[in-house]
Amino acid sequence: MIEADRARSLDDLLDRLAALPPPRLIAGGTDVMVQLEAGVQKEGDHFLDVSGLAGALRYHRLDADALEIGALATFRDTRLRSDVISAFSLLELAARTIGATQIQTRGTWAGNIANGSPAADGVAALLAYDAEVVLASRSGRRTRSLHGFFTGYKKMDLEPGEFIEAVRLPRRAPDRWRAFHKVGTRRAQAITKAGLTLNWRADGTWRIVGTSLAPFVKRYETLERLFEEAGDDLSRIDVQGLTAAVSAAVEPINDIRSTADYRRRVVFNLLRDASAHARTG
Amino acid sequence: MADITTTFRVNGREVTVTGPPFRRLLDVLREELRLTGSKEGCGEGECGACSAIMNGELINTCIVPVLQAEGAVIMTVEMLADTPAGAAVQRAFLEHGGAQCGICTPGMIVAATWVAQHQFRGEIREMLAGNLCRCTGYDLIVTSVEAALNALAKDGSRE
Repeated sequence: MIEADRARSLDDLLDRLAALPPPRLIAGGTDVMVQLEAGVQKEGDHFLDVSGLAGALRYHRLDADALEIGALATFRDTRLRSDVISAFSLLELAARTIGATQIQTRGTWAGNIANGSPAADGVAALLAYDAEVVLASRSGRRTRSLHGFFTGYKKMDLEPGEFIEAVRLPRRAPDRWRAFHKVGTRRAQAITKAGLTLNWRADGTWRIVGTSLAPFVKRYETLERLFEEAGDDLSRIDVQGLTAAVSAAVEPINDIRSTADYRRRVVFNLLRDASAHARTG
Repeated sequence: MADITTTFRVNGREVTVTGPPFRRLLDVLREELRLTGSKEGCGEGECGACSAIMNGELINTCIVPVLQAEGAVIMTVEMLADTPAGAAVQRAFLEHGGAQCGICTPGMIVAATWVAQHQFRGEIREMLAGNLCRCTGYDLIVTSVEAALNALAKDGSRE
C-alpha cells in the first residue's frame, strides 16, 4: 500500500520535507495517480498531499516586474486570468492543450515541472518566458532559472528538502510573434510527439523550446541564435543552413510515440514555417 | 500503514470515510457510499466517465485520491436532477437523443451540467473534450447541451 497524508501548513510541509528520505509530493495528482494506476509507484513510497495548502500556494501575482505563479495554481486558473494571458499568451496556448478540462482543473504548473516529463507542454511555455523556479526548504529560499534546471530524464536541480514553491516569469520585451506547436496523434487530449514553442520578442531575441525531442524539455540556443542573426529579414535563413542547424542541435529519440527521423523533420518544417510566416504583430 | 479519515460533503450530505489514503475517490463513491452513477472507463483521467463536480470544478474522480477530498463539496450525477442546470441538461438529453449506449452518459451529463452552470456557450465541444463517447454521438450531445442552455436562458428571462 502507498502511504500518504496531508500537509497541514506550509511550516508542516517544510518540516516533513526535511525528513530523510523526504516524502514525495502530490498536488493535483494528474501525473501521480496515473503512474499509480500503471504500477510505477513503489510499495513503501511515502506521499505528502499539499493540495490543502491552496490558501498559501494557489495564486497568480502579476505586477510591473514579473508574474509569480504559486505552486498550486492550475492550468484552468491561468486560463481564467485575462490579465495574465494578455501579458504571457503562450501560457494559455499551452494550458488549453494539456488534457481536457478535468485535467486542467487539477494539474499545476509546478507539478508539470516537478514531474519532469520530456513532453511537458506547460514547461515549454514557461521556458519561452525565461521562467525561474522559487525553491523553498527549511533552510530558506533560492531562485534559479528553469533553463538548466533539468539535468536528465526526470532529474533536476532540486536538493533534498526543497520543493517548488512558485514559478516566476520576469517581464521582458513583449512578444512580437509567437507560436505553440504541439504535434500529436490528434488535436485534443494527445501527448506530444514533437513540440516546438517559439517566441520572437520585440527586442529581437528568440526563444525556441522543444518538447519530446530530448530527455527533458529544453531550449535550443543555437537555433535561437540562427533566428536572431537573421534580424528582421527571416528569409535570410536558407534551407541548407536550417537543415544543418537542426541536424546539429536536435537529437531526438525513437520511442513508443514516434521516431527520431519524424521528429527532426517536424522540427525542420515548423522552423521553416516560422521563418516564412513570423512577422511583426 | 495508517488509514486516513476524510470528511467531505457529497450531494448535500456530510460523510466521513476511513481507509487507505490513496483510495480513488471513484471507488469511495461507488463502493462505500453506493453512489454508482459515476462510472469507471479508462481509469487514467482520459475518458470522463467518472466526472464529478468538486468545489465547483469539473474533475475525474478516478485520479483524485480520497485524502484530497478533505473538506470538499462534491456533486455527483445522482444529485444533478435536483439542480436547475442538471434538470435542464437531463431533459435535453432525453429530447434530443443525447444518450446512446449510456456508458459515457453519467459523466457527460455531469460535464454538460458544469458547462450549463457556467454558460460556456460557443465552447461546448472544447469543454466536453474530456468526455469520450464510443458511440461517437457527439453531434446529438452538443445539440442537447445547446438546447439545455437555451432552455435555461428562457427560464432565466421569465423570472
